[in-house]
Amino acid sequence: MFDIQTQLFEGQDIRFGPIDHEKDPEIESKWTHDSEFMRMMDTAPARPMSAAMIKKQYEKLEKQIEESKNLYHFMIRAQADDRLIGIAEVQRIEWANGNGFLRLGIGAAEDRGKGYGIQALQMLLRFAFAELNLFRVSAAVPEYNEAAIALVKKFDFVQEVCRRKSLERDGRRWDFYFFGLLNDEWRARA
Amino acid sequence: MKDLFRGELVRFTLEEPEVRAKAEAYWQRDTEFNRLADSEPSQLSSEKKIKEWFEKQSENGFEPQRYSFSVRTLEEDKHIGFLGVWVDLIHSEAWVGLGIGEREFWSKGYGSDMMKLCQQYVFAELGLQRLSLGLFEYNPRALRSYEKCGFRLEGRSRKEILREGKRYDSLWMGILREEWLQMQNGENP
Repeated sequence: MFDIQTQLFEGQDIRFGPIDHEKDPEIESKWTHDSEFMRMMDTAPARPMSAAMIKKQYEKLEKQIEESKNLYHFMIRAQADDRLIGIAEVQRIEWANGNGFLRLGIGAAEDRGKGYGIQALQMLLRFAFAELNLFRVSAAVPEYNEAAIALVKKFDFVQEVCRRKSLERDGRRWDFYFFGLLNDEWRARA
Repeated sequence: MKDLFRGELVRFTLEEPEVRAKAEAYWQRDTEFNRLADSEPSQLSSEKKIKEWFEKQSENGFEPQRYSFSVRTLEEDKHIGFLGVWVDLIHSEAWVGLGIGEREFWSKGYGSDMMKLCQQYVFAELGLQRLSLGLFEYNPRALRSYEKCGFRLEGRSRKEILREGKRYDSLWMGILREEWLQMQNGENP
């Protein structure tokens, strides 16, 4: 299905690109004002962030990428007008074991439910398995993130771990799932 | 009130950075020990480097998210290992990692005693809701010990660890506050 010539960073409606330090901070700052989005993306407390803070975060992120060598970060952009749609990452890579964690988010509510997440995950999996040559990838998903659970199940991720009642939100405890997909499982369905 | 730092076989202390560094440098020569404790490749660090690392940890006083203990036996007062707790206060959860560097103290109940002290610390002192840990499939001794302490196996990340050309699962365990309290009352959770 894929070969050397098949572009890694070009999808049908989206593409992966680097950070645009000028334009992106304002857009990502907007996303952080959506607490529901922040709670889906992170277990750290949701908090609104200014564009200036996001700008600083980008610099920290690029430094971390350079120093740690175990993190790949992409901005998801629309093919049509190049606008920023979301982020996609392979993180916490253990090279000796060939594993890593995936992270994916579509930032603006109006861009969700349009299949961008599916395209982005497809590209991210190909990058993780056919470019980084990882043996397996994981995704950590809170019980309340139904869209993410549906998305990884679509790609035949296996629910491997249920960390019982390990998150506290809205005055109750929630389970935290780990999903896993092996390179040969991905290859069999690709 | 119970002594938080004294179990049946061991006690919790915090040794000076140079003592901890000397012990760590000695224990890390044992690659079986390293492979039981960590998924990353074994490496050898100088005593100086390890000491600096410990000093850096404590230079700003205590951090609220990290609790480190050295472990000594009650009988001979021998420094045999360490136990560390990482706390997520927001979600009221802690992670524990422990190691017994002195091999003659393996499989004799010292690890379970350390874990019971840790559970008491996490639930009765820190007041958290959950204690978590990870281990590897090739460490059945640890699995048995943790099960004995009331941890439940919550799943396995398939074939996550590559050792000597073979793939092994990572195992994830957890114990909830209410489960620990039931055990303290002699009930079976």
